[in-house]
Amino acid sequence: MRIRTMLAGLAAGLSLMAVTAAQAVEIQYWQYVFETRVTAMDQLIKNFEAANPDITVKQVTFPYADYQTKVIASQAAGQGPDVLQFFYGWLDQFQKGGVLQPLDPAMFPSDKIESDFFPIVSAVKRGDSYYGLPTAVRSLALFYNKKLLDEAGVQPPQTLDELVDVATKTTKTDGGGNITSEGITLDFGGQDHQWWREVLVRQFGGVPYDADGNVAYNDEAGLKALEFYTGLQTDKKVGLAGFMDEGQAAFKAGLAALTIDGTFRLGAFKPITDFEWGVVELPANADGLRSNYASYFANGIGSGATGEKKAAAEKFLAYITSDEAMKVWLDVVGELPARRAAALTDANLSDPIYSPFLKALDYAKTTLFVDEAGQRQNAIDMVNRVFLEGQSPKDSLAQAAAAEQAIIDGARQK
Amino acid sequence: MSTQTNELRLNRSRIRPGRIIAWTLLFIGGLLMVTPLLYMFSTSLKSAGQVYDLRLIPLEPTFNNYIKVLSDGRFMRWFFNSALVAVTVTLSNVFFDSLVGYTLAKFDFRGRNLVFIAILSTLMIPTEMLVIPWYLMSSKLGWLDSYWGIMFPGMMTAFGTFLMKQFFEGVPDDFLEAARVDGLNEFTIWWKVAMPLVTPAISALAIFTFLGNWTAFFWPLIVTTSRELYTLPVGLSSFAVEQSIQWEMIMTGAALATIPTLLVFLFFQRYIVRGVMLAGLKG
Amino acid sequence: MATTAQTSSQGATRKGRTGFKLSLHGRKVVWAWTFLALPIVFYCWIRFYPTLSAFWMSLTDWDLLRPANFVGLANYQKLFADPLFWKVFGNTFLYLIIGTPISLVLSFVIAYYLDRVRFMHGLIRALYFLPFLTTAAALAWVWRWFYQPIPIGVFNDILAMLGFPAQPFLRSTTQALPSILVTGIWAGLGFQIIIFMAGLRAIPSTYYEAARVDGLGDWAILTKITLPLLKPTTVFLVVFSSIGFLRIFDQVYNMTTNDPGGPLNSTKPLVLMIYQTAFSSFQMGYAAAQTVVLFTILLAVSLLQLWVMRKR
Repeated sequence: MRIRTMLAGLAAGLSLMAVTAAQAVEIQYWQYVFETRVTAMDQLIKNFEAANPDITVKQVTFPYADYQTKVIASQAAGQGPDVLQFFYGWLDQFQKGGVLQPLDPAMFPSDKIESDFFPIVSAVKRGDSYYGLPTAVRSLALFYNKKLLDEAGVQPPQTLDELVDVATKTTKTDGGGNITSEGITLDFGGQDHQWWREVLVRQFGGVPYDADGNVAYNDEAGLKALEFYTGLQTDKKVGLAGFMDEGQAAFKAGLAALTIDGTFRLGAFKPITDFEWGVVELPANADGLRSNYASYFANGIGSGATGEKKAAAEKFLAYITSDEAMKVWLDVVGELPARRAAALTDANLSDPIYSPFLKALDYAKTTLFVDEAGQRQNAIDMVNRVFLEGQSPKDSLAQAAAAEQAIIDGARQK
Repeated sequence: MSTQTNELRLNRSRIRPGRIIAWTLLFIGGLLMVTPLLYMFSTSLKSAGQVYDLRLIPLEPTFNNYIKVLSDGRFMRWFFNSALVAVTVTLSNVFFDSLVGYTLAKFDFRGRNLVFIAILSTLMIPTEMLVIPWYLMSSKLGWLDSYWGIMFPGMMTAFGTFLMKQFFEGVPDDFLEAARVDGLNEFTIWWKVAMPLVTPAISALAIFTFLGNWTAFFWPLIVTTSRELYTLPVGLSSFAVEQSIQWEMIMTGAALATIPTLLVFLFFQRYIVRGVMLAGLKG
Repeated sequence: MATTAQTSSQGATRKGRTGFKLSLHGRKVVWAWTFLALPIVFYCWIRFYPTLSAFWMSLTDWDLLRPANFVGLANYQKLFADPLFWKVFGNTFLYLIIGTPISLVLSFVIAYYLDRVRFMHGLIRALYFLPFLTTAAALAWVWRWFYQPIPIGVFNDILAMLGFPAQPFLRSTTQALPSILVTGIWAGLGFQIIIFMAGLRAIPSTYYEAARVDGLGDWAILTKITLPLLKPTTVFLVVFSSIGFLRIFDQVYNMTTNDPGGPLNSTKPLVLMIYQTAFSSFQMGYAAAQTVVLFTILLAVSLLQLWVMRKR
């Protein structure tokens, strides 16, 4: 009798072990630290784990500045993530570091990707394989503080001239000439450098890069664009770089009438209760030409994921790029769904907040960065030289163009 | 000796107006020194709209910021991480630095000077130079996302060893010999006889080590990968950036990071100051 | 020394259980090495080996993406030809040259007068010492807030109230470095004051008595007796502070998060450059070369200071 109970217990124990062994697939998801994105991902993970009780997902985050290094270093040590988020512009670096594996066309057929997603998804295609899929895409728009605009009796601007006008009328200064509320935020380290690169330069008649990817903004058009931007502070005095430390902080505090920012900022601006705010498309130039900058973070599968983990990773990737996930992302972070059907719903198109961003996706451009951090820093320095060292925009522009070309050449050599 | 000096000076100059001016200036200087801390606490009690008001005492003080920050749970986690790391490293230093210092001070053997100089020479090597090899080593050995990864570089230090050696040299050999005659083994002699004789040094070492590890930023920044593992300084830094420059929240975070050390100081002020003085004199 | 004399006079050899003939002295040697065993392993593995590793890495072009190639001194050549390096080099020395004298003079003056104060001595001493206990990373944010432009920056608001023009502080290529330096000086002052006070108290009062008898005034006592006798303390603090300023990182990192080391690299010290090269650009070989340069600078400055101060 005792032997039978023992055997029964053993059998039960073994079967329990088998079950728990099957339950123990844990995969890691990596992304950079940004409050709303982390919150959104937590929610998606919860939903996914509820639907897939045999998979657990652990989210790991890093500060933006170190993200690339930590990913590559971990990959080199064989401890990379199973699913990771990456800026489309980092794909070249990540490929060199052997970080990602191409998506299995059986799970993610190319023709479906091309028909379902916005065309900018092609930026993560190399050869015939896709290396990632985005949950959301982002474009830029002009945020405005309704209260401040109403006080000054102006409407949201539609053209660059109107922009300057609105900014001038909404700027407040104190007795000493110091700005206490700016007309437009000036934060080149934020999204302003994208605005200058893909919008202003084009609106003044040029292109930022030529067909081969070389710097092409060191000309009349680029200069006019830079002078327009820096003139906002030096000449028109409607903004101050560094005011309230960051542009979005000034806007959030109600101390800036206009700010240019991306869809991802929607989640951060939602809790604003002190004033009403709205969104319009980026202003057109005098000839009615509009442009925009679209970009995205894609989710890819780490090259170290094999077997069970790979299958789990693929399931997770499929979920976080599904319509349902995109809806969550839209609500929490404010970024637009990467699938056309999910994005271009009637509800979204008629929403006063989402529609300017959505419309922009039609004519937006996507810069092909080789070293996003370096090129961004170069742009910041270009503007700082004009603001802080009094260098002429012409000289600063030339210096920046040469430096950026050097970055591009350097990346090509590797 | 010191009382004599002070009294000597005081007797001669008690009534001089210069003294009063000097005292006043010193006092004002002291207040200025802690003004940043006062502002930090004051702002942490303000709501978002009041941040721009320069008053030191908030109009409507509120603990909401603290509630918001603490309910998140992350700060408690970071606090715990810092405490765990600091306490463990301190205990390790107290144990090993003393042991090595004692051995170098009280034992005579071939190679002793070589070992001493070798350990001392590591003082010249800045941690900044070792950080990259440490990172790569941790990466390969899987120490990156772990407490051990944060702690291992600081488990023993040359500074602590040197300090303890200086103090152990002042311990009379007779005590140790008597213990040997009594039949105690060397380890027990060190632990039960020698260590109690250098408690001022041990407390100085403990204080320095704890403080250094509690406030450490560079290496923990590099070696930690997940939010849950951040130590308090690293967590605060990421929290501040994440807060998109909401100053009242950032100040609350900074205050939370500072309150523990202030409390410790209030209770152990005398030991801490004495410890610093001891270290400076012997160093 | 007494121990050795005793053992040699005893000259006893005892057979241990294993049959080894170990003298009393020999047994103690075994204990000594036992105690030292783990620490020696630790220092070799955690200090010496990584040092060699860093030196070796500095001679390669490793960037995490491909296997390392030996390139000799190419990294150093690249470094010395890089204008950014010289800017950073200059910044690092500025932190040192401005920081050390100011903080030492300030802390000495405060220690000198504080030492004579009886009334509320403990409280005042605590006020000066508190900043030393704070976390540099946390207080960097407090100071950063102080330096903001109107309307949220405390300093600028006070300046405006007094009728002075607003200063850009952290947004200026000339004011940013000193602004950050103030934070570092502020934090270290308490430690220096306490050390100076310890040194002052260690001077026997007999010297002062003799000086007074000779009729020397306060200033003469200060320059002829106090300062010379404080030399060991001063040397210690000079070297200690210099090393601290040359390695400054926490404050700079936290006060310039949106433009690290900026604006336009005006605040970037060597340690931040190392951090960025290694962890933002992952050029490990190049970064290792920079750390070797840092090591050399620290060593040279310390030795130079020790030598100069020994001469006098």
